[in-house]
Amino acid sequence: MGRSRSDLVVFVAKRLVQLIPVLIGVIVITFFFTHIAVANPCVAWAGPKASPSAITACEHLYGLDKPLPVQFVNYLKGLVSGDWGYDPLYQVPVLTAIEQYFPATLELVLASIFLMVVVGIPLGVVAAASNGRIADHLVRIFYLSGWATPTYIAGAVLAIGVGSTLGISGGAFSTLSSPVRTLTHMSVVDALLAGNLSATGDALAHLILPATALAFINMGIATRMTRSSMLETLPLDFVKTARMKGLGEFVVLYKHALRNALITTTTVLGITAGTMVSGTVVVESIFRWPGMGLYAFSAITDYDFNGTIGVVIFFAIVVVVANLVADVLYGVLDPRVEWR
Amino acid sequence: MSTATVPARRVAELSSAPVPAPRPAAWRSNLILFWQILRANPLTLVGFILVVLVSVTAFLVVVVPLITKPLLGHALSILPYPALDAGAFPVTQAPSFAHPFGTDNAGADVFSNVLAALPTDLGIGFTVSGVSLVAGGLLGLVAGFWDKPGTLSGLISTTIMRLTDIFLSFPTLVLALAISATLGRGEYQSELAVLITWWPFYVRLTRGEVLAIKIQPYVIAARAAGVTETRILFRHVVRNLIEPLAVYFSMDVGTVIVTYSTIAYIGVGVPSSIPEWGNLMPGYQDLILTAPWTVWSVTAAIFVTVLGFSLLGDGLRDILDPRSRRIMATTASARGSTEK
Repeated sequence: MGRSRSDLVVFVAKRLVQLIPVLIGVIVITFFFTHIAVANPCVAWAGPKASPSAITACEHLYGLDKPLPVQFVNYLKGLVSGDWGYDPLYQVPVLTAIEQYFPATLELVLASIFLMVVVGIPLGVVAAASNGRIADHLVRIFYLSGWATPTYIAGAVLAIGVGSTLGISGGAFSTLSSPVRTLTHMSVVDALLAGNLSATGDALAHLILPATALAFINMGIATRMTRSSMLETLPLDFVKTARMKGLGEFVVLYKHALRNALITTTTVLGITAGTMVSGTVVVESIFRWPGMGLYAFSAITDYDFNGTIGVVIFFAIVVVVANLVADVLYGVLDPRVEWR
Repeated sequence: MSTATVPARRVAELSSAPVPAPRPAAWRSNLILFWQILRANPLTLVGFILVVLVSVTAFLVVVVPLITKPLLGHALSILPYPALDAGAFPVTQAPSFAHPFGTDNAGADVFSNVLAALPTDLGIGFTVSGVSLVAGGLLGLVAGFWDKPGTLSGLISTTIMRLTDIFLSFPTLVLALAISATLGRGEYQSELAVLITWWPFYVRLTRGEVLAIKIQPYVIAARAAGVTETRILFRHVVRNLIEPLAVYFSMDVGTVIVTYSTIAYIGVGVPSSIPEWGNLMPGYQDLILTAPWTVWSVTAAIFVTVLGFSLLGDGLRDILDPRSRRIMATTASARGSTEK
């Protein structure tokens, strides 16, 4: 129990071991929900006029005619062997699809978090500095408004209203710009690596609207956390000392108090990053952003069972890892925390 | 005999003596306290009024036809026109006196559509949060109160928490979408899907609160004095759970509505024949530049409802949480002293 590097390693290792039963539970529950109650996906794919023999052939091809425990064992084999099952719609292993789509989602989520940080945190400071006065109320209305606007409405308004007015089409690039080689599957990074400045600008223009849509509903979390931890920090002695030294209000608020208050905000942002991947399903399907959310959307709505289980398990891993990162960040930022 | 020598058993008898019946004015003084709380914070009052307004309207939409049918022989409705009545009016008419929210691309009255959806959405918000509150609250109470390791109840407690951990690692919306798609389109199917992902939050919250209350000096004192476990459970633990759960619940109704309508928007929730806010959006979003009143009407309905619950919950938290109440008091007094 201490703060040395080896304590941190033990802490992370312990947490990773604790994850194993959780992930096994996630796999079992997801498989259960998507296979026991499911309408036969072959019937849905083949359409109403399909012959019974075609449906039987389809069931046989994907192993759906076998008893459920056998199907489950087969799925586990696929999971362990590293392809996460075969995606019947995209005609690739699910893991290959995830590898291809996740970087774009990561880019979108990171851009959203950037927006939440540069807009949300200063608003929280302003609210705390004017606690109970008019600016505080305005900030509160702003972040509760974000919370009261579902992502699909913010997305639709930004994509169809703002995007089409500005002439920004869906996707990661506009179709007009010269194609950029995909190395990382992150549009802005790829464009930068290619040294193509116009494509970089294009990619940024396509990134900002979906990132705003994704950030909007969670904007308040950064603001609220910053506000409440600032309120706890501001009455402390070191803040008074800073004021007595004659430092300007800006320096006192942003250099002294905010630094302390950011510990909680950073942790909460880490946890939020995990839950934001859910929102990408809505945002990416509206903006045709080529990431995990769009893949999840098509997998879920097209009865792509292997794809659905794959994305749910993958998203669960993202949530769990984001929580672990948040815990570690909290410990790194707050010198009083001991690893245990 | 001095009070110092009163045996513990006598103290227990005293403390378990029947409580005198509450004076008739007790509930009235509680009401007055509630009113004072609301008056002290104008935004909380706004939230309270919005929640009452929305609830009463939803109640009238459902009840007025039910009452007038046997009384008058024909059903009256507070909806000006039947909902989702395609072709009833010219399409995409701007708002007018006859159609306060205009008409949509199917020629139906938008105001009637939006109003008809209110009971569905609000009902589901209350049902899902309510069932989660009761189920999750009970599980959390059990897991927190009887968590002694090595006993049967300790084992039950551990099992509950492991299961909760698994469900908490799912990304809520993605799992709800997957379950909803699996169960097929329907009002109750997607309600069940949201519910399956919703209860764990209440388990975590309740258990955390119970663990914190259990080590409070007054609980230890009561136990030392020989007060029975059942009595401690109801008088001390459950009584102190009401406030945090009330805060969480009032914020939660809005969150459920947003999630539920997102499932409908994605196209795996309520069938399109049922008026529901998320259901209306796919048809309306393409009209945002030509008939924007359609989108804004749905947005306003969700916004007002969710904002009402958020404002109420956010205000209640500040008022009920002794820590933030203390902060409000200290900063208020600090400001008073500096401004003088």
